[in-house]
This record gives sequence, structure tokens and C-alpha cells, in this order.
Amino acid sequence: MEFYLSAFVLGLCLSCVSLGIFISMKIFRIPDITTDGSYTLGAVVTALCLTHHWSPFLTMPIVFASGCCAGFLTGIVHTKLRVDALLAGILVMTALYSVNLVLLGRSNVPLIDVSTFSGLANIAVFVCVLVVLLSFLLRTDFGIAMRAVGNSESMTRALGINNDFMKIIGLGLANALTALGGFLVAQYQNFTDINMGIGIVITGLGSVLIGDRLVSWFHIRPILLQLLMMIAGSLVFQFVLAFTLSIGVDPNLLKLVTSLFVLVIVGIPLIRLRRAT
Amino acid sequence: MITLSHISVSFGASVLALDDLSLTIPSGQYVVVVGPNGSGKTTLLNVIAGALLPRSGAVFFEDRDVTRLVEHRRSRWVARVFQNPLSGTAPELSILENFRLASLRTSHAGLRIGVNAAFRGLVRDRIATLGMGLENKVDQLMGTLSGGQRQALTLLMSVMDKTDVLLLDEPTAALDPRSSELVLRTADALISQYRLTALLITHNLKDAHTYGSRLIQMSSGRIVRDLSSDVKAALDLPSLFSWFS
Repeated sequence: MEFYLSAFVLGLCLSCVSLGIFISMKIFRIPDITTDGSYTLGAVVTALCLTHHWSPFLTMPIVFASGCCAGFLTGIVHTKLRVDALLAGILVMTALYSVNLVLLGRSNVPLIDVSTFSGLANIAVFVCVLVVLLSFLLRTDFGIAMRAVGNSESMTRALGINNDFMKIIGLGLANALTALGGFLVAQYQNFTDINMGIGIVITGLGSVLIGDRLVSWFHIRPILLQLLMMIAGSLVFQFVLAFTLSIGVDPNLLKLVTSLFVLVIVGIPLIRLRRAT
Repeated sequence: MITLSHISVSFGASVLALDDLSLTIPSGQYVVVVGPNGSGKTTLLNVIAGALLPRSGAVFFEDRDVTRLVEHRRSRWVARVFQNPLSGTAPELSILENFRLASLRTSHAGLRIGVNAAFRGLVRDRIATLGMGLENKVDQLMGTLSGGQRQALTLLMSVMDKTDVLLLDEPTAALDPRSSELVLRTADALISQYRLTALLITHNLKDAHTYGSRLIQMSSGRIVRDLSSDVKAALDLPSLFSWFS
């Protein structure tokens, strides 16, 4: 039981990452894999601030800003230098590995004897506030413009919207959310590790795919509910991984299982479609 | 007033899409442009909209030089309807949200909820003028509508905010005859109601004959015929057809 409870808490922490991927992939349709780097960046900045005995509440906006910068960078490389989004993300992610290592000073920093922002109630409230703020943002005029950019660039350009600017802001927001995921997880597991971000983009992607499936199954239109489905996706994802471990699968195979699971989610509708025709 | 002065546009080294073209369109004039494929009609429109930067020459709106202004900045004065109904609207946004964006064309989209009851009422009233029964479906996704419906709505969207220039790039090319007529009639009504300076590109010579107050024929990046209002009114359809045979 406790096993599944920790999967639940981890799922909540990582739902920030799936919200970030929702922004970049579903709203802007940009495959952004800066995620691995910005997630670790969030955890690294958290470790730095907390070990200097700064309050977690002061740490929070700093983490947000650091993730934002990472996303801005990817956005600028993608839009201003006309580099493919995937490549721009890889470039920034790779660069961030060194940045993270320099910032952290070593590969692993424990977060003990520091005040942390953790506990189920705290994390749940945090995620709820995030979702409410995000759903408000996406319903404002600015948010409508954001959603339109990913939908019809020729239209937004003709309507006076600066597509490049919007994409940079969007990637900044997406990676800021991802960094907040690193912020939560680092404090939940009481350490920051330089390699903790490896493969996190697949976790986020899988969660969004599950969430998206739920959205289309239940024909969900309101943005708030769509965001909640992304959180549900993240929880389902962690439960499946927890279940895999509980039936005795070697933990070394966990990333393989993660990839296969995402592959299955991507594959299911195709298989069903083929059977129907 | 739009003034194009000695505009040349080339694609690559050999293809000259517009060849030293000069054109003045007085405010409130409705210009119809005809010509074969590759004659530079769409290029002309893109230069006015700011989607294409000319290799040489200048573009003026009134006496403001806008040659270097990119499309999303020029949109303060210019509204567009595209050939592809999908290009002018966002399919996964509701009709209401599409109209909201259109109403912000000359200003900035801020952090406030602009889709409120008053705005909903305004959009419903505007859409009701089309007589298509869409006024009760403003929450429907744009992507669920037909091409004709979307083009008609794109036209309405173009006058949701202050507009001086309306560019219509074969807006009916993908539509059936009934929808075409509705779209062009709506355009005609809006152009005279809002006193817009308008440019219509069409391959349909009947439409070219029916609508507009000036007719231009293009060929190989140049204007080969330019008929003023009175001459155009006197033009009969067979002689228009004979231009192309």
C-alpha cells in the first residue's frame, strides 16, 4: 500500500513535468526535449538554495525562473536561428548537463537537515494552485493567442501575433513547469542527482499521451479538466511503473519498461483503427 | 491608399514573380485581379500583406513607408482571407475564441479574460447577419465547420477590429458555387459598409465581371490591362473571356 502511496506522490510531483510537456507538445506542437536538462536544473537550483538554508518558498520562484531561461534559450535557438525544434532542444539539454554539473559541484547532493517543501498535502495544494493558474492563463486573450499559434500559424500572423515571441514564451513556460517538477522531486526524495533527468521527457510524454487519451475518450473541452487529465496521466504512469516493480521486474530494466509502455500507448489507437477497418 | 512603386520580386535567380510593378489603389477602391497561374497575383498580395519582402521597390500605406514592416506588424491595417479556408482560422479553437483573436488584431492580447457575455452577444449578432444559423453555435470548434462557413466567418472576423485594407486571395477556390456566392456577396457588403480598400484575386471571370470597381489583368509579373470603374462597367463577359483565349 505504502508502495502505491509513494507512486501517487511521485506522480503528483511529476505532473508538473506533464503540464510542461502539455504546453510544448499539445499547445504549441513543438517536440521539446530540453525537458531532461531543465528538470535536473530545477533540482540543482533547489539543492543550491536549500543547502544555503533559503526558504523553499523563496526557492520556488528562483527554480521557475531558471527553467524559464532554459526554455527561452531553446525557443530563441529554434525561432531566431531557424534550428529544428528537436535539435534546439538537444543542444540546450546537452549544454545544461555541464551547467548543472558546475552549479552542483558534484554529482550528488543530499538534502537532509534542511527545511523542505514536501508531504502529500503540500504537494497536492501546490499542483492544484498550478493547475488553476495555468487554466486561467490559457483562457485569457494571451492564452487564446498561445493556443492559436500551435493551431494555425498563418492565421495568427495575419492577426498581428508574433509567432516567434509566442513560441519563446511558451517554451519558457513549459520548461519552468518542468523545473518545478525537479524542485518537488528533489525534496521528495531528499537528494539531487546530476543524472535524475535522464529519460524524464519520456515519462512526461507518456503521461501526456495517457492524459490526451482520457481527454478524447470523455470528449473533454474545458481547459481546466484537460489539465487535470494530464495529472491523471502522470499518476497512471507512475502506478504502472510501481506495478511493474511490484511483480518483481529488475529495476535496471525500468527505463526499458517505460519506453515500451509509452510505445504501447502510442500504438493502441493504431491497432484498434486497423481492426475497425 | 496603397502605393506600390517599382516592385520586383524574384524566386531564385531566374524566376521573376513581379517585374518592376507600380500600382496605386485609392482608399475605398475594390480591385479585382485576374491572370493565369504564375502571373504574380498572389505574390502581389503577399507583398502588400508583408509576407514577402520585395527585392526592390517600396510599399506605402497612405504616405507611410511599410516596405520593411513584417506581416504581423502590418496587420494593424491589413486583414486577409486565404485561399485555403483552413489558413484563416484555428480549427481547435471555438468560433468565439477565433473571433476574440480577430478583435485584437490591432492591439495586444493581454492577461485578461476577454471572452465574456458582452463579447459573446456581439459575435452572435455579427454572425446572425450571415443568415447561416451559426449564431447559436459560437462555442463549437471552428474545425467542425465546412469550408464555406469558415471562409464566411473569416470575412466577418476581418472587420471585428479596425481595418483599412482587405486582401482576398481566391477565397472561393475551394468552395461550391452556392458557398462561393455567399462569401463574395458578404465580402461585397462588408467592403462597402466599412469603406475598405480591397483586393480580390480570382480565376472565376464571371465573379471578376460582377464584383469590384476596377479590374486588373496580370501576366508574367506585370500589369497588362487596368480597367477603371466606368470601363469595367461597360465590359461584357464575352470580351473578358476573350482576354484569355
